[in-house]
This record gives sequence, structure tokens and C-alpha cells, in this order.
Amino acid sequence: MTQRRSVILDLCVQAEFHTLLLLSLYLLFAGHNQPGGGFAGGLVASCAFGLRFVAGGGQALSRSISIPPTTFLGVGMLFAILTGCVSLLSGHEFLESAILSVDLMVIGKVKTSSVLFFDIGVYLVVLGMSLLVLEQLGEADGSDPDEVQP
Amino acid sequence: MSVLLVLPIALPLLAAAVAIIAYNQRTVQRIIAVGALIAVVIDAAFLLVAVERDGVQSIQVGAWAAPIGITLVVDMFSALMLIISMVTVLSVLIYAIGQPGVDQDQPVFHPVYLVMTAGVALSFTTGDLFNLFVAYEITLAASYVLITLGGRREQIRSGMTYIIINLLASTLFVVGIAWVYAATGTVNMADLAVKIAQLPAGTQTALSMFLLVVFGIKAAIFPLFFWLPDSYPTARMPVTAVFAGLLTKVGVYSIIRTQTLLFPQHVPSTILLVCAGLTMVIGVLGAIAQNDMKRILSFHIVSQIGYMILGLGLFSVAGVAGTVFFIFHQIPVKTALFLATGLVEESTGSTALSKVGGMIRRTPLVAGLFLLAALSLAGIPPFSGFVGKLGIIQAGFSAGEYAIVGVSLLVSLLTLFSMIKIWNGVFLGTAEDPTLRLAASTGETRLSTPVLMRGATVALVGVTLAVALFAGPIFDLSERAAQSLLDPSDYIEKVLG
Repeated sequence: MTQRRSVILDLCVQAEFHTLLLLSLYLLFAGHNQPGGGFAGGLVASCAFGLRFVAGGGQALSRSISIPPTTFLGVGMLFAILTGCVSLLSGHEFLESAILSVDLMVIGKVKTSSVLFFDIGVYLVVLGMSLLVLEQLGEADGSDPDEVQP
Repeated sequence: MSVLLVLPIALPLLAAAVAIIAYNQRTVQRIIAVGALIAVVIDAAFLLVAVERDGVQSIQVGAWAAPIGITLVVDMFSALMLIISMVTVLSVLIYAIGQPGVDQDQPVFHPVYLVMTAGVALSFTTGDLFNLFVAYEITLAASYVLITLGGRREQIRSGMTYIIINLLASTLFVVGIAWVYAATGTVNMADLAVKIAQLPAGTQTALSMFLLVVFGIKAAIFPLFFWLPDSYPTARMPVTAVFAGLLTKVGVYSIIRTQTLLFPQHVPSTILLVCAGLTMVIGVLGAIAQNDMKRILSFHIVSQIGYMILGLGLFSVAGVAGTVFFIFHQIPVKTALFLATGLVEESTGSTALSKVGGMIRRTPLVAGLFLLAALSLAGIPPFSGFVGKLGIIQAGFSAGEYAIVGVSLLVSLLTLFSMIKIWNGVFLGTAEDPTLRLAASTGETRLSTPVLMRGATVALVGVTLAVALFAGPIFDLSERAAQSLLDPSDYIEKVLG
């Protein structure tokens, strides 16, 4: 069963895919003091992959990302919990946050909170979960819409 | 010190993260899961020693001071619950690794099991009402996966009941927390203990009754128990065993915590005692009516919850101490009974009384294990159940509640009766249904089960015997737990500083 793909949708999704991913990263980094954060960022990134799935099905999804979703989940959880453990091991309370300021040569001095690492964890967990759902939904139809039917 | 309080939650979650990355490497998953849980058991032992020596232990997560941030706090009651539940969780994990077809073809078993462990540990250690809700959700979300793992038809059907009833209870829980917050402006339990006392008496009673209903659903108290005997027996045996041992007890723990710390004696004692009596009687009558080991034992979960509520309802140090000891004994015993039942099922393929018979000749070890745990459940001296029931009944006599004491003694007899029914049906006698593969073999064949399954069951029955052997010291600790529950000034002071 091969359905024809919508060329317009396909091209639009391809055009905005990377922009959406950038937006999700922006939300992730802006989240500490402004609207956004790991969860919102993760949802936007999930939307980007969701669009890929809508336009091209499971095949397009697996072509755009080769890491298994469960790895995202696990690495995300590791990030979140290790953030807490690092503060604990450095003599502070579990999950206590600290201000980090890094001198990046070109960009200049960047100030951020250690909460960022927790947020990265949340981002990855949300993304991993969504990818897992899409993967499960995508399993039912194994056909590849890119295959050209004579 | 703060490391001790964090590890029971952080370690299982870390291990779950690693286990899900190692999605298809079962050996790695097993090593990590067992290693993490052994570490948590050791940690819980250190915590118990620390609480015994220095009193209540608490930390403020993220260094946000008490009424604002989340507090983790462990008193004697929490420490006792934590260590016995972690020992039980570890034994069941080893059993699950040994049982064919539990974790082998289920890559998510270990991560989800570890997440559930973290949720249970968080329920016992949190000092924040909303965080308790979060702990419940972590545990439940994991339990939804575990109860339907394998996806057989009846699992999905009764899993739906389980999920719906728990979602309903969770919704009520959030509503209750919102009311508590609206009335007091805080969700920190130590802070609540101070502020709820200043509310009008009617508001206090309403809030405490509402939370009693919420936790009553989780703990399967009459009349809110109907979902339990329906859903628990359908899961795989290790899952049923760990649910039976732990999840309802987390509900009972929350009832005891809220009814002593937040609302000291605001639910009238009579209501609790009547609920306790009905829970015991209906549970045991339900058990007598069943003809399947798993279903009989599931009804006994309900029945035994009644004893715990009975001890609480007396609101005396002796009564609450009896309850604390009773829960401490009940967690491993109940789990061990299910594990032994699992051994019967594994070797014969069934747990129906009519289909299995003569097991004492075929697997004397399993019969012995079941006998020890069953006698303990029924409260026969010198086993641990006897000590727990004796404590509660003595407290009942000294409080002058003769009616409920009479009921609880009667229920003990009926419990013994239904254990004898299992014994006669499964271990003595012969199978009535010749269609089973067991019956096809000659009656004297020895049946075998994987060594890890037997080992884990032996270990857990050993734990229940140890509880009986060290009943004196453990009862002393339970008494100290009860004193600190009924006089929470140390708890409040340690949290609020």
C-alpha cells in the first residue's frame, strides 16, 4: 500500500525542519530567565520530527534520525539526575543550582545556570518519548513512500 | 548525611537511565539493576542506623529552605518501611531474572521496575504533600507498564480497571492538595502540621476525610478495595508479588502519615475502626470464596490492610507500634507467599486449587516455603505475624475496644482456614483435573524450577523468619516510630529548623 506524498507539504517540512530544531534549541537555552525551557524546547523538537513523520511516514523519520529513541530517554535521564549528583558530590545539596560563567572566545562571556544541564535532560526525555510514540505508530505501515511505483 | 537520603531515589533512577540505554543487552541491565538495588538496601540500613542514633534526618533539595522547597525527611517509620521494602524489591528482582519469559523478551522490564522502586522510595522519604503526589505518579506510571507487560487479553482488560481507578484517585489527590493549599498556603508536611491546627475544626475534618478516601483507594480499604483482587492476579508473578507486598502499603503509609502528622485524630476513631473491621471481614470472606491461589492471596491483601488501619484507629502508642510492626512483617510475608505461588505456577502451569495437587511430594521445598509464610500470615506463634497481631490486639484490649478485637481474632481464624484450604488443595491431595500436564505425569515426579526463583523465595522467607527472630528489637524500633508519629515535634523541628 503506497500512498502518494504531497510534494508541497514535503518541501515545506524540509524547509522548516532545521529552523524548528534551531528554535527548540533557542527555547532550551533561553528557558532559565525567559519563556521556554527543556520541556517547551523538547516539544518543539518533537513537532519538527512529527512533521517529518506526517510528510514522509516512519521511513522519513528513521532517515532523519538514526539514534534509537530509548537512547534519548536514557541519556536525558542521566543528564537530569547527574546534575543533582554533581552538586551533591561538590559538597552542596542535591540539585542545588550554581551560576556558571564561561568565556567563549568569539561569542564573549556567557553566563548560565547549572539548571541548564537538568533542562537538557528534560529536552532529551521529551524528545525521546515523542520519537518512541512516533516509531510505534509508524510501525504499522512498513511501506516506503519514496519507492517509485512503476 | 544528605547522600544517604538522596541515594534511594537517585540510584534506581540512574540505573534505570543506564538500563534503557542498554536496551537490548539483558546481562548489562541485570547487573546494573541488581547492583543498584543492593546499594540501596545498604544505604537504607545506614539510614536506619542514623535515625536510630540521631533521630529524624532531613535535607532540603536544591538548598531551598523548608516551607518553600522540597524536603526529604526520614523518621523511624520511614526508615523501617524503606529498608524492608527495598529488601523485598531486591528479592523480587532476582526472582524475576530467574523466571523464564519475564525480563528476557521485555527490554523495558528493568528500567520500569527501577523507576517504580524510585517512586516507592520517594513516597517513604518525602516530607512534602505535593511531592508525595509526584512519588505516587512515578510509581503508578511504572506500575501501569508492569501490570500490562506481556499484553495478554485479560491483562489489558483488568489493567484498564487498574489504570482508571488510579487515575481517578490521583485526580482526587490533586484536588485534595489544592484544598489543603488553599486553606493553609503550604504543602510542606511539617509546616502543614503547624498550620492545619489553626484551621476551623470543620475544615480540618473535611480535609482529613478527603485525604483518607484518596489514600483509602490506593490502600484498598473497604469499600474502596474492589479493583485490587480483579487486577493484581493477572500480571506476571513477580509483578503481582511486588505490587501485593508494596503498593497498598504505600497507601497505608500515607494514611498513617497524614492522619498522625497533619490531622492528629481528626477522623473519628470509630470510623477508622469500623472501616478496619469491614476491610478485614470482607477481605477474608472474599478469600474463602475463591478457588485460585492468586485470587485467594489477593483478597488476603485487602483483609490484612484492615489490621493496619485497626492499630492506627486506636491512636495509642501501643496500637500504632503494632501497626508499624505489622506492616514491617506483612511486606515480606505477602510477597513471599506470591513468590511461592509463582513457583507452583512455574512448575505446574496453574494455580487453580482444582488443577494442582500433591505438590508436597513433588516440590517439598516450595511446600515448606509456602507453609512458613502462610503460618506467619495467619499469625500462628512463633512467627512474625503473631507478634504483630498480638501487639495490635493488646492495644485494642487496653483501649477497651473489645468488639473489634473479637472481629480481628475471628478473621485470624478464617485466614488460617483459607491457608489450610490452599494447603489441602495444592500441596496435599491430588489434582482433580486430569487435563493438566502435571496430572499426566505420574504422581511422584519431582518438579523443578529455576534456581534463582527458588533462591529468591528462600531468601525472602528467611527475611520473614528473621523478623520473627528479632521481633523484640524490631518491636522496640516500631514503638519508637509510633512515639515519634504521635508526637511529631522532633519531625517538625528537624524540617523547619
